[in-house]
Amino acid sequence: MTAGKISFTSRRFTKLWIRISRNKGLYLLVLPLVIYFAVFYYTPLYGLQIAFKDFKPVLGILGSRWVGLKHINKFLNSFSFESLLRNTLTLSIYGLVVNFPLAIILAIIIHYIPNIKYKKVVQTATYAPYFVSTVVLVGMLFIFFAPESGMVNKLIVSMGGKARDFVGSADLFPHVYVWSGVWQRIGWNSIIYIAALTSVSPDLHEAATVDGASKLQRIWHVDLPAIVPTAVIMLIMDCGRIMSLGYEKIYLMQTSSNMLTSEIISTYVYKIGLQNAQYSYASAIGFFNNAINCILLVVVNKIANKLSGSGLW
Amino acid sequence: MTVSAAFRKKRKQKPTNEKAFDLAIFLLGTMALLFAAYPLYFVLIASISNPDMTSAGKVILFPRGITFQAYEFIFADQRLWNGYLNTLIYTLGTMMVGLVITLPGAYALSRKDFVGGSLIIKLLTFTMFFQGGLIPTYLMVNQMGLTNTRIIVILLSSCTVFNVIVARTFFQSIPGELYEAANVDGCGNIRFFFSVVLPLSTTIVAVIALYLAVAQWNSYFNAMIYLNDTSKAPLQIELRRILVLGESLLGGSDDLPAEQIEYMRKVTILIKYAVIVVASAPIIALYPFLQRYFVKGVMIGSIKG
Repeated sequence: MTAGKISFTSRRFTKLWIRISRNKGLYLLVLPLVIYFAVFYYTPLYGLQIAFKDFKPVLGILGSRWVGLKHINKFLNSFSFESLLRNTLTLSIYGLVVNFPLAIILAIIIHYIPNIKYKKVVQTATYAPYFVSTVVLVGMLFIFFAPESGMVNKLIVSMGGKARDFVGSADLFPHVYVWSGVWQRIGWNSIIYIAALTSVSPDLHEAATVDGASKLQRIWHVDLPAIVPTAVIMLIMDCGRIMSLGYEKIYLMQTSSNMLTSEIISTYVYKIGLQNAQYSYASAIGFFNNAINCILLVVVNKIANKLSGSGLW
Repeated sequence: MTVSAAFRKKRKQKPTNEKAFDLAIFLLGTMALLFAAYPLYFVLIASISNPDMTSAGKVILFPRGITFQAYEFIFADQRLWNGYLNTLIYTLGTMMVGLVITLPGAYALSRKDFVGGSLIIKLLTFTMFFQGGLIPTYLMVNQMGLTNTRIIVILLSSCTVFNVIVARTFFQSIPGELYEAANVDGCGNIRFFFSVVLPLSTTIVAVIALYLAVAQWNSYFNAMIYLNDTSKAPLQIELRRILVLGESLLGGSDDLPAEQIEYMRKVTILIKYAVIVVASAPIIALYPFLQRYFVKGVMIGSIKG
């Protein structure tokens, strides 16, 4: 009986081995990818343990002393924690609330442009800002919104208003950040909705038209329901990114006078970690940020599954 | 009779309603067009206009007082051209390394008979949600002795999970029977990939190559962190110097007469416009022709998020 069992498992292994060895080439093909992810994603994940250690470069990652949650606690109790969290959430939720519906609205507008050539022109033009680099975008903001010489302020003054330092003021910074983001991404974000609209069955529209529905009614009753699954997935992805607000653009936009609203967790991590060389503390802040992000994603996905039956997993 | 009359009335009414709708759509579409394109167009015309005209608000639809002064300064600026050259190197390098890493791996992962594939995919997807982050990555690069090397700028942006997923989704559309048939004829997986799969997959090669190229062309952060030598700095670092940090290409000196300083201030603004044009023109000019690939990538990526 034991012999039978052994031969059974060994037969299973032989079978598995046959399946593996038949496709030996595939392992070679996937090797560069596996090495890449092992080095550039999993090695830093291993290195993340310094968030729970007092990392000393001389001692190395392994040799440094464990200190548990010391750094995370230090951050949670720190003077800047509250404002960093508030700024991160403000900028990212403000951006989400504005960008999400606008991309859908733009997609509907583009989808219903009757002239196909003009539709193509509008599409191409609205995608263009996506290809402008962050540095150039921020450079344009500094030029256009310059306190005295910028054309936006000139326009405001000529209409009898008061010139303001848009980028450099803490009050206006969130608006400039979010709306320049709209400019850069709205066209690109709409692509996926345009695709969803195009794939709506013409039969549905025909049936609705026969029933006397106007185009506006068809948008409401045919198009919008059709893009709900796409919208839910995009919303989940966006919510999962709430805490991972990119530092690249904000870091460039920061001036000493807008720091009150522009300093976010990820730019703080960069400054604490790389400019002040407090590696463990900065890693702990980064870890905290990432953990919240993950929890958010899981929660939002659960809710989406409950509500509409569609989610990421 | 009343029913048909009402129906006829409805059919007569609709065209005016629909016309209003079409007009509203046309206007909104035009607004979107102007919102997106005008800032870019303005930069272009301002870069060849007399800065006095620009600051007086007279440059609106067409350039005024045409001057190519800014471009003359730019063409003479060694550092900027060096940055351009570096960016070309980084972009090409990222494209090549990225394709070599992404495509074969994504193909292997697309095969249903690949034992262990689903585990690898799980491990890859995990990194979308959880990363080591900036500091551990920085320490690792330091440890590897790759700080201040060109290769690290190339490597760090060579592969993303998103690109792998997009390529894998595309490869999944290649029927499995194709390999079985080739295998019967004695064609192994590796030869099959290079001589059958790749020729069938020019679209995805273009999509991934373009995604990699645009990302590298436009990035500055890794170069800022990891490179110390100005001789290795890519274009975006030079742009940051000029546009964000406000360094002048003309070199500042305080002991100049007032009108000279005023003149330099104007040319500095002009140069900013021109620099934006020079840096963005290649991509903005090329992408309308490559647009379908970018859009294709978004579509494929959206099938499996």
